[in-house]
Formats: sequence, C-alpha cells, structure tokens
Amino acid sequence: MSNHLKNLKLKIWRQSGPTDKGHFEDHIMPEISDEASFLEMLDVLNEGLIGENKLPVVFDHDCREGICGTCSLMINGQAHGPERSTATCQLHMRKFKSGDEIVIEPWRASAFPIIKDLMVDRSAFDRIIESGGFISANTGGAPDANLIPIPKSVADAAMDSAQCIGCGACVAACPNGAANLFTAAKIAHLNLLPQGQAERFKRTEAMVETMDEYFGSCTNHGECEAACPKEISIDVIALMNKDYRKSKFKNRKEISRN
Amino acid sequence: MTITLNSKIPAGSINDKWNTYKEDAKLVAPGNKRKFKVIVVGSGLAGASAAATMAELGYQVDVFTFHDSPRRAHSIAAQGGINAAKNYQGDGDSVHRLFYDTIKGGDFRSREANVHRLAEVSVNIIDQMVSQGVPFAREYGGMLDNRSFGGAQVSRTFYARGQTGQQLLLGAYQQLARQIGLGNVRMFNRTELVDVVTIEDRCAGIVTRDLVNGEVVSHSAHAVVMATGGYGNVFYLSTNAMACNVTAAWRAHRNGATFANPCYTQIHPTCIPQSDPTQSKLTLMSESLRNDGRVWVPQNPDETRPAAQVPETERDYILERLYPSYGNLAPRDISSRAAKRSVDSGRGVGPLKNGVYLDFSDAINRLGKDVVEERYGNLFEMYERIAGENPYDMPMRIYPASHYTMGGLWVDYELMTNIPGLYAAGEANFSDHGANRLGASALMQGLADGYFVLPYTIGNYLAPMLNKPIPGTDHPAFKAAELAAQARYQGYVDIKGTRSPDYFHREVGRIIWDYCGMERTQQGLEKALSELPALYEEFQKDLRVTGDTESMNQTLEKAGRVDDFFQLGMLMCRDALEREESCGGHFRAEYQTDEGEATRDDEKFAHVAAWEWTGDPTKSIRHQEELNFEAIHLATRSYK
Ligand SMILES: Cc1cc2nc3c(=O)[nH]c(=O)nc-3n(C[C@H](O)[C@H](O)[C@H](O)COP(=O)(O)OP(=O)(O)OC[C@H]3O[C@@H](n4cnc5c(N)ncnc54)[C@H](O)[C@@H]3O)c2cc1C
Ligand code: SF4
Ligand code: FES
Repeated sequence: MSNHLKNLKLKIWRQSGPTDKGHFEDHIMPEISDEASFLEMLDVLNEGLIGENKLPVVFDHDCREGICGTCSLMINGQAHGPERSTATCQLHMRKFKSGDEIVIEPWRASAFPIIKDLMVDRSAFDRIIESGGFISANTGGAPDANLIPIPKSVADAAMDSAQCIGCGACVAACPNGAANLFTAAKIAHLNLLPQGQAERFKRTEAMVETMDEYFGSCTNHGECEAACPKEISIDVIALMNKDYRKSKFKNRKEISRN
Repeated sequence: MTITLNSKIPAGSINDKWNTYKEDAKLVAPGNKRKFKVIVVGSGLAGASAAATMAELGYQVDVFTFHDSPRRAHSIAAQGGINAAKNYQGDGDSVHRLFYDTIKGGDFRSREANVHRLAEVSVNIIDQMVSQGVPFAREYGGMLDNRSFGGAQVSRTFYARGQTGQQLLLGAYQQLARQIGLGNVRMFNRTELVDVVTIEDRCAGIVTRDLVNGEVVSHSAHAVVMATGGYGNVFYLSTNAMACNVTAAWRAHRNGATFANPCYTQIHPTCIPQSDPTQSKLTLMSESLRNDGRVWVPQNPDETRPAAQVPETERDYILERLYPSYGNLAPRDISSRAAKRSVDSGRGVGPLKNGVYLDFSDAINRLGKDVVEERYGNLFEMYERIAGENPYDMPMRIYPASHYTMGGLWVDYELMTNIPGLYAAGEANFSDHGANRLGASALMQGLADGYFVLPYTIGNYLAPMLNKPIPGTDHPAFKAAELAAQARYQGYVDIKGTRSPDYFHREVGRIIWDYCGMERTQQGLEKALSELPALYEEFQKDLRVTGDTESMNQTLEKAGRVDDFFQLGMLMCRDALEREESCGGHFRAEYQTDEGEATRDDEKFAHVAAWEWTGDPTKSIRHQEELNFEAIHLATRSYK
C-alpha cells in the first residue's frame, strides 16, 4: 500500500525565455504518495500553482514510459535523477523521503538553449541525424528481408546501441557538453549492420563533423554513460573514433577514384 | 458541402483490386512532382513514412508536429511487434489468412478491399524496414524471428525486443531526416495544427500555432495528409502519451470531414492497474506477454494468500477456461471483458482488488529464467519500476485500459476523406480495423498507409491539377481561419474561471470511461449525454488558463485539446447509443448471448457510421456506408 512523503522542499529553476537570466524558486510540497511518479509530483505542484493564479512550471514530457526521450530534468545535479538507467518520467517518489530538498533544473549545455523554465531546445540532435544518421534506401526497391542473414550477436549489438532515446542526458551530464555518446550510439547501430556498410565512412565523417559544430569535445570523463537511461556503453565512442579516423583516409580515396 | 460517401473500391476480384488500381491510377511525371506541395501533419509511423516517400518521389513536402522532434511521435512507445504475412515460419500463413484474421478480429465491421490491400503490402514493410537498418530480433541462423499475438494461430509478428515501435519509428524518422537534410522536406517542430481550410470544396491548407511563441500562421498546399494518431486520451487515463489528442482530426471534422465509428475504441487487457489518484497515465504491458503468461484470478473472492500459495485447484484461469482454442491469446476485447467481469465479481487481486494475475511461473519452470528474461526482460524491469514488485517472483497484476481507437476520419479506398485533397493515414483514419484491432496491426497499418498506399493514391488526385493555380494564404478563407484560431486561444485565457484544463479532462474522462468504456448501455449513454453538455458549459464558464497566448504555455495547449475532447466525447456516446448491437470493442450490455458474448446485428448494422458536423456535437448527422462482404462470409466470431 502506498505511503505518503511529507514536506518536500523543491528548488525549481524558473526562466521566462531564452534571454531571461533565470532564478531558483522555492516551493513546499506538503504531501505526496510514494506511488506517484516524479512528474506526477510536478503535475500536483502545477495544479496548485494554477489554483493560486500563478504560472505553472514548464517542463517537457510525453510518453511517461521512458521511451520517447522527451523528459529531461536535472534532479539534485544528476541528469534524470538518482535512479540508475531510469528516465525522469520513470522515477518514482519512493526514491525520496519526507523532508528532502530536491533541486530541479533544466539540461544545461550551450547546444541546448533554454526555451522556458525546464524546457530546452535539443534540435541540434536532429541536425546530427540529418547529416548522416540513416541508410539511404528509398521506399520500394528493398530485397526480401531474409536475403541477408544477420548473426544474432550482430543484430543484438546493433539493437543495444539503437535503443538510445535521444534524451540528451549524456550531454547534460558531460562537463564539456559533448554529444559523443548520442552520436556514437547511432553510428554503432548503423555501422554494425550489413545494410549500413555502403555509407559507413561517409556517415561517420559527416555525423562527427556536424556534432563538432554544435557540441563540446569529449575528454573521456564517462559521465555520459552513468547518466544514460538506456545504458548505452561508452565503448561505442571508441568504435566511432576508430571509424572516424579510417573515414578520413577511405573517403578521400573514394573521392579521388570518382 | 453535401456529404457523399463513395468508397471508390476498384472493380474486380479481391486479389486484383490493388493491382488494378495502381495500373489505372493517373501519374505525375517525375519532373512535375516538385510543382506540387503536400502538407503532412504528424511524424509518427504513418506521417514520417509518407513524408519521406513522397519527398523521395520529388514532391515538396512540409511536415508538422507538436513534438520537439519528429522522433518523439507516440509510435515510439509501441512495444510488442508488427505483423506481416511473410510465412517465414512455414506455419501456414498467407496474405489471405492475415486478411481473414483482420476482418474477423474486427468483428466484420471493416472494409474488405482496404484490409486485403493491407495484408498484401504487409510483406513489403518488413523488407523496407530491414533495408533501413531496423534491428529486428533474429534467430541464431541469422534469419528473422517471429512471435504470436492475440487473434492469430500463426507466428507472424516481427519484433525488436520490447521496443518495436521505437525501432520502426527511428527507421522512418531517419529516412525522413535524410530528406530534411537534402532540403526536400521542411520540418516544423513544436507547431500544432489548429484549423483546416477548405476553399471551393477542396482542402486548401492548414492553420498552425507555433507553441513556442504563439504565432498563428497559414500554409497552403495541393494536398494535406492527417497522420495525427488516435484519440484514446479522451478517457484521460490511457496508455497513450500525455500529449496525444484529437484536435487535428476534429478540426478537419468541423470543416466538413465525416468522422467514422467514434465509439469503436479498444481497451487493452494488459495494463498496470491504477495505484493512486494522482496517476496521470496507465502503462501498457505488451500483449506479447500473453504468449507465456497465464491469466488467472482466485476462485474465492476473499482470498488473502499471496499468489504463489494459492493452490492450482483454487485458481480460475479465465481465458483458458472460456476460450480453450485461443486460451491466453484470445483477442483484446474478449480478454478485457473477461478481466472486467472477474473484478466486478469481487475476485480482483492487488491492494485495491482492481486487477487480475498474469503469471509467468509455469513459463519460468518450463523454459528457465534466462529464456523468459531474453524474451521479456525489459518489460519485467518496466513493471518492477512502476509497480515496485518483481514479476519473476510474483505474478504481474494487470487490468484493461484505453489503448487504441479504431474510429477516426472516414476515408475512401484512396485514404481520402470526403473533402477532396484531405487524406488521413495511420490511427487517425477509421479504415482497417473494424470494431476491434488485432495486436501488432497498427504499426503495420501506419507503415502500409505511409509507404505503400498514399504515395500512389495522392498522385491520382494531383495529376489533373498540374499547372493550375491554388489559393494562396492571402485568400480571405485563410485570414478568417487565423482570426478564429487567435480568438479561440485568447478566449481560453479570458475566461478566468477557477478550474484547470486537467480538472475538466479528468471529469470528461471519468464520464466516458463509466458510460462509454468497456460496457455500454442505453441508460448509461443517455446519462452521459446529459452530463457531458452540462460539464462542457461549466468548462466554457469556469476554465482557468494562467499566462498568455504569446509564449510557451502548456496549460493553454491543454485547454484547446480538452475542448475538442468534450465535443468528441459527445459524438462517441451518440454513436454508441445508435449502434444497437455489440461488436468488437463496442459492447452493449443489451446485446449479448447467455454466455456474455457480443451479439452483432448484421441485418441492421453491417455498415460504417460516418458523422457529419452540424455545429452542435449532440446533433451531428449520421450517414452510412454499407459494408459488402464478397470474399468472406459473415460469421459469428468464435475463439472457443
Ligand atoms: C503503449 C502502446 C503500445 C503499442 N504497441 C503496439 C504494438 O506493439 N503493435 C502495434 O501494431 N501497435 C501498437 N500500438 C498502437 C500504435 O503504436 C499506434 O496506433 C501507431 O503507432 C499510431 O501511429 P500514427 O503514425 O498513426 O500516429 P502517432 O505515432 O501517434 O503520431 C501522431 C503524430 O501526429 C502529430 N500530431 C497530432 N496532432 C497534431 C496537431 N494538432 N498538430 C501537429 N501535429 C500533430 C504528433 O506530434 C505525432 O507526430 C501501441 C500503442 C500504445 C499506446
Ligand atoms: S546516449 Fe543515452 S543519454 Fe544520450 S541521448 Fe541517447 S539515451 Fe539519452
Ligand atoms: S516522457 Fe518519454 S521518456 Fe520520459
């Protein structure tokens, strides 16, 4: 049966728009069920704020099942909060106790400008995918799906990286605001598969260079892996770096051949 | 506009219709395609696949989504899998069998020709997705693996762990991203459709609201595709993502598009029961779990022992008992009602006695924990995170919840609504699932519509428009729609009442769930139809939206969506009231057998009900499209 937490002290980042300097605002949550999710706790807070004729706290969320990658909160300095491999929306209040102070902030990274309060703009991620995070196969001409057998171990490894939900916790957790884990997860997914071979080096070069345009550089802190709700392994970054080095050579060779 | 429901089903035998259609369809020459602008609203499986494919063909495509990125569409949340008649398992599957299963699963309330086409193109979808790099599950030999879903006796479901929707959507999103990168698609994120504009009986474009700065803008096009998902959130608590809503389809409806079978909603049997009043949504546990999990309740309503200590002889395996040949894989509507009856009879389990058990102990004994973990590991983790119990040791507790909506915008064989130039695809249309959808068929339908149907049918409409001017956004009709939209949103802010949009959403949801949910009666529906207008009046007088219309305002977004849910809710109840039969997800208590099974009335109701907007949602006009069954004999649906 559910228990109730009492008297939570919330410190929440409020910022009216991208140019506002922003500040912390204090709120007390007198009581909340430990069965409630973290975001449901914020829903309750917001209902209360509307009741007091105030502006509710803006935050991004949608599926509340840990799969869409929309939710994005820094909770007590940790991206997605204290529970390992759990997105903010899957975090439940049973992880907290009565009287706790909880500091809630948006993702902080120069590539993710704040839109309002806790909501940020992550479209730089889309730019990385648009630059090469795909396999160029137009609709219509695909051969039978079982024509190319893929060893189970390869399909599984590709799936491990393909699970990235594009939330940006890796960037928010990184002291440099680097997007290497996100970018490498997509590169690993596609570069491991037979279907991804044709564009392997072109893809890697384009994605890495687009990433560098928007994001900071990786200095191997490993904070990204610890923050990732999908447990994407930092090994994918090594794979990306290797393919990137090769791409410099291979892509030039291909160009000179044309 | 006078309403004509011409389904435009091509002549010929069911096996030839789609080929005949494609051979006869008018074509737009490759070099001319860029002269046409197509708007796609929605970037889920249906929208992303349609937009990417049309851009590849050469059309100029503009895509709109209220999400911050096309990759967030609700398709991402689908877990279990996608059907296709590949017959890779050699277990007797075929296009005809998938066609038959889908018609039967839908309780003989869908259009044969559309469903057959769906089964035909299902095989191409798997090929296309594999070529996009979707990492479907494989067997050790490297071939694609399959599992079974409810309502089928073959294994035709392809899956990627418990994240099939995610992987398919990312495949389609990446294909779309490529077209965005190439400059063939203009992508509008965080932009919501707020109106549809028709000029001279043809869809001329849309009006949108930028959610970041509140700007209201018009966009004109040669054709518009609504791929905006379903309306399951009308129930407030559902398995849909928080932002799923009916606004796009509803605005099309208010501008003349008929809305078909709104009362056909699907209540999914395996969701985690509600645990707390603050709960904002319900979480689905994939139907694939029913491959190995057994559904039971204790025979004794006063049972207090933990599940494992209840002896076999004192358990009631409800589905295995009632439906021996399909057992735990009986279709969703049937399984949901069986669970509801158990809970209603006081045999529910869990602290609130609001669930039934889904038990894996036999599977764990038979297959070993490793195999069970390999199959369902991430679902078990998800369950534990939410319910705080470990399903390897304790059976899951599950209960039905609103999940999918079969009703939607009426479309013809070409997926065009009754407004020329306005199309609907994916869950937003009503077309393929009749009164009940089989598991793993929505992903199939979304991708079929987007990849393999629309790109053909839209050319047939566009070809004759070559080099003819279309109205621009300076046309007075666009200006009027913009002003109306601005007034509508300003209106919500100006009410300055006392209650939040969420309060009203919860209240509408409760009424619809109680009277238009798993079981409906004339009396209940009439009650709902008197309560809803009263509550709607209160909404219009007592709503409170703080903040303004010119900046990011999530309360304001919600207000608009709840407004449309009210109107839809009334139409759903009307539709349910007028359909005096039980079929699929629409179960009228007055029409059932002695054993509690749905009784259809084919004499009177073998038709689609398509509703015309009149300005008052309780006074919409009902039109009918008769359903003719030529390839399949109407039969009583039996899963015994
Ligand atoms: C939890 C869950 C699990 C499921 N599992 C399965 C499964 O295993 N197999 C299966 O076959 N089906 C499953 N389904 C059903 C299936 O996922 C959906 O029916 C399908 O994905 C719908 O796709 P769609 O493209 O039609 O719409 P969606 O993916 O919902 O996309 C709708 C799009 O429209 C946009 N949109 C909507 N309104 C507006 C507006 N007014 N303005 C701008 N943009 C708008 C949204 O932003 C979004 O991009 C599941 C559903 C749920 C809820
Ligand atoms: S790599 Fe992990 S943390 Fe980074 S975006 Fe993907 S899922 Fe989020
Ligand atoms: S809201 Fe979708 S991942 Fe958290």
